[in-house]
Amino acid sequence: MTVDIRLAADTALLADAEEGHEEHHDTASIVTLGFWIYLMSDCVLFAALFATFTVLRGDTAGGPTGREIFGLPNVAIETACLLVSSFTYGMAMIAAERNRKSEVLRWLGLTLLLGLGFLSLEIREFADLVHQGFGPERSGFLSGFFTLVGTHGFHVFSGIIWMLVLMAHVAYRGLTPENRTRLMCLSLFWHFLDIIWIGVFTIVYLLGAA
Amino acid sequence: MFGKLTMSAMPMNQPIVMGAVLFMAIGVVVVLGTITYFRFWRQLWSDWLTSVDHKRIGVMYIILAVVMLLRGFSDAIMMRSQQALASDGGAGYLPPEHFDQVFTAHGVIMIFFMAMPFIVGLMNIVVPLQIGARDVAFPYLNSFSLWMTISGAILVNLSLAVGNFARTGWLAYPPLSELHFSPDVGVDYYIWSLQVAGIGTLLGGVNMITTILKMRAPGMTMMRMPVFTWTALCTNMLIVAAFPVLTVTLGLLALDRYLGMHFFTNAAGGNPMMYVNLIWIWGHPEVYILVLPCFGVFSEVIATFSGKPLFGYTSMVYATICITVLSFTVWLHHFFTMGSGADVNAFFGITTMVIAIPTGVKIFNWLFTMYHGRVRFDTPVLWTIGFMVTFTIGGMSGVLMAVPPADFVLHNSVFLIAHFHNVIIGGVVFGCMAGYNYWFPKALGFKLDERWGKISFWCWLVGFYVAFMPLYALGLMGMTRRLDHMDNPVWHIYLMVAAAGAVVILCGILAQLVQLYVSIVNHAALKDVTGDPWNGRTLEWATASPPSFYNFAETPVVLSRDSFWDMKRRGVAFHPPVHYHRIHMPRNTGTGFILGVLGGVIGFGMIWHIWWLVLFCLLAGLAVVVAHSFDEDRAYYVPSGEVAEIEGRHFQQLMPQAGD
Repeated sequence: MTVDIRLAADTALLADAEEGHEEHHDTASIVTLGFWIYLMSDCVLFAALFATFTVLRGDTAGGPTGREIFGLPNVAIETACLLVSSFTYGMAMIAAERNRKSEVLRWLGLTLLLGLGFLSLEIREFADLVHQGFGPERSGFLSGFFTLVGTHGFHVFSGIIWMLVLMAHVAYRGLTPENRTRLMCLSLFWHFLDIIWIGVFTIVYLLGAA
Repeated sequence: MFGKLTMSAMPMNQPIVMGAVLFMAIGVVVVLGTITYFRFWRQLWSDWLTSVDHKRIGVMYIILAVVMLLRGFSDAIMMRSQQALASDGGAGYLPPEHFDQVFTAHGVIMIFFMAMPFIVGLMNIVVPLQIGARDVAFPYLNSFSLWMTISGAILVNLSLAVGNFARTGWLAYPPLSELHFSPDVGVDYYIWSLQVAGIGTLLGGVNMITTILKMRAPGMTMMRMPVFTWTALCTNMLIVAAFPVLTVTLGLLALDRYLGMHFFTNAAGGNPMMYVNLIWIWGHPEVYILVLPCFGVFSEVIATFSGKPLFGYTSMVYATICITVLSFTVWLHHFFTMGSGADVNAFFGITTMVIAIPTGVKIFNWLFTMYHGRVRFDTPVLWTIGFMVTFTIGGMSGVLMAVPPADFVLHNSVFLIAHFHNVIIGGVVFGCMAGYNYWFPKALGFKLDERWGKISFWCWLVGFYVAFMPLYALGLMGMTRRLDHMDNPVWHIYLMVAAAGAVVILCGILAQLVQLYVSIVNHAALKDVTGDPWNGRTLEWATASPPSFYNFAETPVVLSRDSFWDMKRRGVAFHPPVHYHRIHMPRNTGTGFILGVLGGVIGFGMIWHIWWLVLFCLLAGLAVVVAHSFDEDRAYYVPSGEVAEIEGRHFQQLMPQAGD
């Protein structure tokens, strides 16, 4: 039975070819899939950082433990910023779906502000720790902490730069198919960073402060 | 202004190094002079450096691989001669700190800048043709990947002239590779050349997976894909899953060295064994990244030259997938001596033995493909048969070492060196050479000379056994790896034999260069007019040699495995299509090249702590990327008239043959 279906499909293909259909590859779906595969490699990158952090978490070398330095209220606000920014990005996508260019730009701008809010809180936390003498060179645990959280922060920073460029694209050329694909890719990236943050929040901060 | 870089970074007082630098400089001057003499610069820029054509990018990868083979092999012959001279009371000619750089550079160059570019080059040339596509999914990204790889290779070679290279062995284990024990730039060269090239490799992997999943010709289901494409898919999945771990590992080592962190240091809570685990979580899949596409090459070659479909296609595919998955479960066998305890060692010992099973399935499939076939013994087949024998021996010595107690005896001995050269030369190098001889006519339009090809094969095969069998014996006698100097007259004769073997391999390499030269001179006689010089089975042979830049005038329709064979049987091959259509193609762009150069300069700035240069190049790179993103005129249509003209010329050439 399956063979027959295969045969029918092949016959149809041959007929198509004879009629001389121009081949069309769906660019948007190719780009999105490629970007998604890249994100999976980024996921492996974070997996290695999480593993390293977890192995080194007890190696405080006489320095502070997580419980002594983590301020959960600050982290809660950071988390809120990032989660809400995912929501606002989602709103931008809905606006794009409805072809409302200026609305897209407004939602992206809001997302950008929330991302910046997150980053400034994180930088303040890092600066505080360094100021107290608990910089990344203090112990294996702090090296792991700064690197894992900092790598996530660097990703958010890259996302913000990308968002600025993309806003220029949308403002300049409008919601072209190409820009829609870009919006989709950045959307994947932004939500992905959210998911990574959930891991950071849980494994680094909640388990660390417990 | 220039960070740590001063004139004293040039090793003026070391005649051997300066000799090599001089030799390299002469090489570069000769190449640049030739390009200028033949007024080739403009064409070089517009047809090659800015090309996004997957075939040209593949050819450039392979040129890089061949040049790096020469560099890596000269390291090898230095090691063999040093050990031969310094094992019987003599001092040899390489001081220890130079010898240590030589074996490190040998490993790094052969794996990252010879084997990887060769494999990636073959995949680039062949995969889009085998699946009936016009190009890869992301042609610009492909060009970027190439130039990042080349930048990394240039950094490694630059270390010869400016500064020095790591003296740590090819995986740069800490704590030796930490700042405390390796304070100079050697390890930094190691880190940044691999980071720069690694980004290229990773993005190349993303590109190739997307290409295979999304760009196949109509009718080509997964189980109709040629086996080489299957192995390319699995290898690129391994690249995407494994290379980020390498990036992280080297990144953490860099953080230790640059910012005083404590990931792998002895002090302040660092954990050096963490590095060893991480690097092998990348490193073991890496050996399968290298060998799987070679398995694909052998599968194509053996089916074509036996005139039969591949025996056990389905089992071949599943064996490949099994190896892909299992390759992530064996990394700890590289350090059984770490002391993880009997249970952990037993687990990894067993998984290591298990991974030999799918490999065995493949060996039997190739044998059964030959069985009852009419095997033509052209050069690619010789490499394949040489592989089957050599790789099986190497595989068995590997299974031997998978037994943890045996490994405690053999760990870090030259028995291990013999084992992995046995599988890497026997598997990867032989596979690359088979692929090179097999697809050369497709890529460049003429066959390689058979006589010199066969001479090269026999020199390589014999040379390999003469060079490495003594190392098995020496390993069992207790000789450890990486010895600059030893006073043991019993070992001397074995090392002399091994050195002789290296000379025989040298003859093999020279024969290959002669083969290339002779073939270029005789290219008219060796011309492949049909596009199908070997009576091939898969789609890459269905188009002209070399294929026009758009690969296929009309996208082929695939009705079975071995689809070109099927077309020939149905009598529809070698026929011009009824109508020609315009073809949508990407434009060339210099973006990839510029970014690659900037990547290399960023690496150089990091190595020498020239921070302003790093910052400047990062900003410049960002500007280039943003500017490129605003350029939306990236593709064009080739008019159908032009297609008809190009194809007309091909079919005109073909007609006398078809009439025979």
